[in-house]
Amino acid sequence: MELCDLTAWQGMDMVSRGEAKVSEILESVLKRIDQVEEKVRSFITLTPDLALRETKRLDEKVGKSEELGRTGGIPLAVKDVLCTKGVRTTCASRILENYIPVYDATVIDKLKREDMVMVGKTNMDEFAMGSSTENSSFGPTSNPWDLTTVPGGSSGGSAAAVAAGEAMWSLGSDTGGSIRQPASFCGVVGMKPTYGLVSRYGLVAFASSLDQVGPITKDVRDCALLMSILAGHDPLDSTSLPGEPPDYLSSLREDIRGLKLGVPEELWGEGLAPGVRACVESALRLLEELGAMVEFTSLPSLKYALSAYYIIAPAEASSNLARYDGVRYGYRSEESEDVMEMYSRTRARGFGQEVKRRIMLGTYALSAGYYEAYYGQAQKIRTLIVRDFQSAFQRFDLLVSPTSPTTAFKLGEKVDDPLSMYLSDVCTIPVNLAGIPAISIPCGLDQGMPVGIQFIGKALDEATVLRAAYSLERALDRRFLPPLIAEAGES
Amino acid sequence: MKYETIIGLEIHVELKTASKMFCGCDASFGGEPNSKTCPVCLGLPGVLPVLNRKAVELATRFALALNCQIAPYSIFHRKNYFYPDMPKNYQISQYDLPLGVGGHLNLEMDDYVTRIGITRVHLEEDTGKSIHVGGSGRIHGADYSLEDFNRAGVPLMEIVTDPDLRSPEEAREFMQELKGILEYLEVSDCKMEEGSLRCDANISLRPVGSEDLGVKTEVKNMNSFRSLYRALAYEENRQRELLENGGQVVQETRHWDEDSGVTSPMRTKEYAYDYRYFPEPDLVPLELDKDFVEKMRGTIPELPAAKRKRLITDLGLPIYDARTLTSSKAMVDFFDRGIKAGADPKKLSNWMLGELSAYLNANGLDIGDIRTTPEQLAEMIHLIDKGTISGKMAKDIFEEMLNTGRGAKEIVEEKGLLQISDEEELERIVEGVIQSHPNSVEDFMKGKEKALGFLVGQVMKETEGRANPTLVNQLLRKKLQAGKD
Repeated sequence: MELCDLTAWQGMDMVSRGEAKVSEILESVLKRIDQVEEKVRSFITLTPDLALRETKRLDEKVGKSEELGRTGGIPLAVKDVLCTKGVRTTCASRILENYIPVYDATVIDKLKREDMVMVGKTNMDEFAMGSSTENSSFGPTSNPWDLTTVPGGSSGGSAAAVAAGEAMWSLGSDTGGSIRQPASFCGVVGMKPTYGLVSRYGLVAFASSLDQVGPITKDVRDCALLMSILAGHDPLDSTSLPGEPPDYLSSLREDIRGLKLGVPEELWGEGLAPGVRACVESALRLLEELGAMVEFTSLPSLKYALSAYYIIAPAEASSNLARYDGVRYGYRSEESEDVMEMYSRTRARGFGQEVKRRIMLGTYALSAGYYEAYYGQAQKIRTLIVRDFQSAFQRFDLLVSPTSPTTAFKLGEKVDDPLSMYLSDVCTIPVNLAGIPAISIPCGLDQGMPVGIQFIGKALDEATVLRAAYSLERALDRRFLPPLIAEAGES
Repeated sequence: MKYETIIGLEIHVELKTASKMFCGCDASFGGEPNSKTCPVCLGLPGVLPVLNRKAVELATRFALALNCQIAPYSIFHRKNYFYPDMPKNYQISQYDLPLGVGGHLNLEMDDYVTRIGITRVHLEEDTGKSIHVGGSGRIHGADYSLEDFNRAGVPLMEIVTDPDLRSPEEAREFMQELKGILEYLEVSDCKMEEGSLRCDANISLRPVGSEDLGVKTEVKNMNSFRSLYRALAYEENRQRELLENGGQVVQETRHWDEDSGVTSPMRTKEYAYDYRYFPEPDLVPLELDKDFVEKMRGTIPELPAAKRKRLITDLGLPIYDARTLTSSKAMVDFFDRGIKAGADPKKLSNWMLGELSAYLNANGLDIGDIRTTPEQLAEMIHLIDKGTISGKMAKDIFEEMLNTGRGAKEIVEEKGLLQISDEEELERIVEGVIQSHPNSVEDFMKGKEKALGFLVGQVMKETEGRANPTLVNQLLRKKLQAGKD
């Protein structure tokens, strides 16, 4: 096993014991990128020079016995939807192909203060719209477990990079499952925090009321560590929650005795692949063995979650993406006669198919005469979903479900069938509508492909979510390493 | 048939805050294009708005002054439309839950008072400024456009009136009064020429006695009170002629052209949008509790109407003086300070509405631009009262004061302009004049009173106007009388 296959905290331990230099860990990651990136294509932009400069500085710090920041300089990949000052940020869109931000997102700023070493910006579905990372104007990413399958999406690059050891952890964003579903497909851990817990400032908006930044890591401990850095109030984000978040590392206890887990029937029904069902069922049995109480329950409004989501998210997106007009930055179609033509040509050529589809959906849903029937109705569903979760959490500490009904599907399989693509997020979407936290961790393999289990908690109860995930992870006692890594080791 | 005119106004006011509505950028007017911008007001990818507390305070104070109810819970919406000077291609504004509703303003016309309802007061952000180069100066047909985003994101307050105004005169008077209130509250600079106070109007006609509203037009691009009045008068006539000749008014937006003095329909493309309003997800609801509202109520100073009343009843000023003085806060503040310094109200008012206003008009200045203080003017009036200087001299002295910022006493002393009230000295001069004008003396002796005036004039001439005219009169009369006897 190479250094790059360690978890982040294992890497930090080695550095603190003097068994490895920060730069050696980076070199291992860069070597892995050399070996596999051509096949996986996790990144849109690589920043090795920047990373090398940072690790040199950090090694000097270690040499002077200075303490490193909380990221320990462990190589991190960042979804290309987060603004990084001076480093191209494309959102996997032609319209921002050469866009270089003049400021850092708040989460990037926080990580920089903790000695972040960023190896690059990862591939994604354009503007985070999609579930396979195939909607990228830079081409698709492959799943390291099977290069003919998708890594999931929209944070597919961030999940694939971590699974393949091209980064030891990464940042994703999750609007309807965009962290958890790719984490599930790639056999890694992914968390969507409570809405408002992590600042959205500098996260290029898809659907503002649903978007959250979160970690994608190799294990739950790394997830808790990254969460502790990311969480916290940001005065630049009005929807950011007040108060100081806890240290999530302290919630990592192997003890879930008496924990009441509810399994929503609505997330357990049609479309659920038998292999996925089997894996999650055996995980539930394991949880029971650990002392948790598992019980099926019903949250009836979840049936309408997907429909409500595909009104609300596109509606907000249609407005959020209006600023990409060719006037001030980004791509502009040059051969237009007047401003209207410039707008329409710029946007026709700058945006991909799925983005345009959602802009049109959202524009329609907000139009005069349709607003109440669509957007208004969807908001009511959203309220019902919030209430259903609230009442479920009066009886249960956590809710559990598969993260996605299937394992990773084939590249190209659902590209022309958006509705079946949308169904891939049926278990994750309700969580965003309710603004509550959830994690996906790998719980087994189905025909050689990872299966994710999702723990859903009440608002701001990340600690319980992490504790349950940590306990299951320890009980499973198994690393999920894609075969690609073994091959890379041989070559 | 007789028609009644129905007018409602939609007013936009730039609030006097140090920073913009949703970011920390300088909100002041002008400056090098795009120098007062940041990622937030430029609408760069990933930015988020943070509401300006001061803007909320100012809008609340104003809404309270107009007797509005302050919503304990209001929210912001996005108003979506594409325009190059709108960085996000949506404007953050308030929609169905505005900050203030249901207010009114009592409008004092010359011979009646009318109550104008205030439908709503809400907050929003301003856009940038486009300069369209080539063509007609509008975006259509221009060669290219330049964008200045210094104004983008400056806090705006929108005020919508009920359709309670009945004439262009009332509309103009309403705007005057509103401007006064805005200034008194220090909510806005109200500079129409800088666009910090803008006004659109809805106007329709209906047969007198009818309860239904007629078809209205919306008139835009009125950049002064005068043009508001002219545009509405024009539109009122146009609609009346249409109706009287059996025609119909078309509901449309019309553009006022100041130079040609007519309104014309705007191209539908220039204004017709489905704004697709929806709640702004990047901001949390604005919740204003009772304490805050009461605190804001406590900051409301004496408003123009109350001030006018005080000037008339307590200080005995004529209505005209009171109205003119209170039409601007700077003016009435100046007046108040002058009174405090001991000036006689009517005399102070005369100087301010006479010499001072003439000076300001001639030089294109505001009262805020001059260095002369109210205390200095009061002192000058005092010097006249004491007889130290004559009213005639005072005019020159006042101009000198305005030009230099120096005090009356200083000028008078330096130029030796002190009135000659020294009897011995004057007696000597009077003697001289009598000696050298025997004909006039003889005329006076024969009973021609007029001749005395001539002789006084001669003394004034000798003294370059510095002689105390009352004293000269007395002395001359005394001397000549003595000659008679």
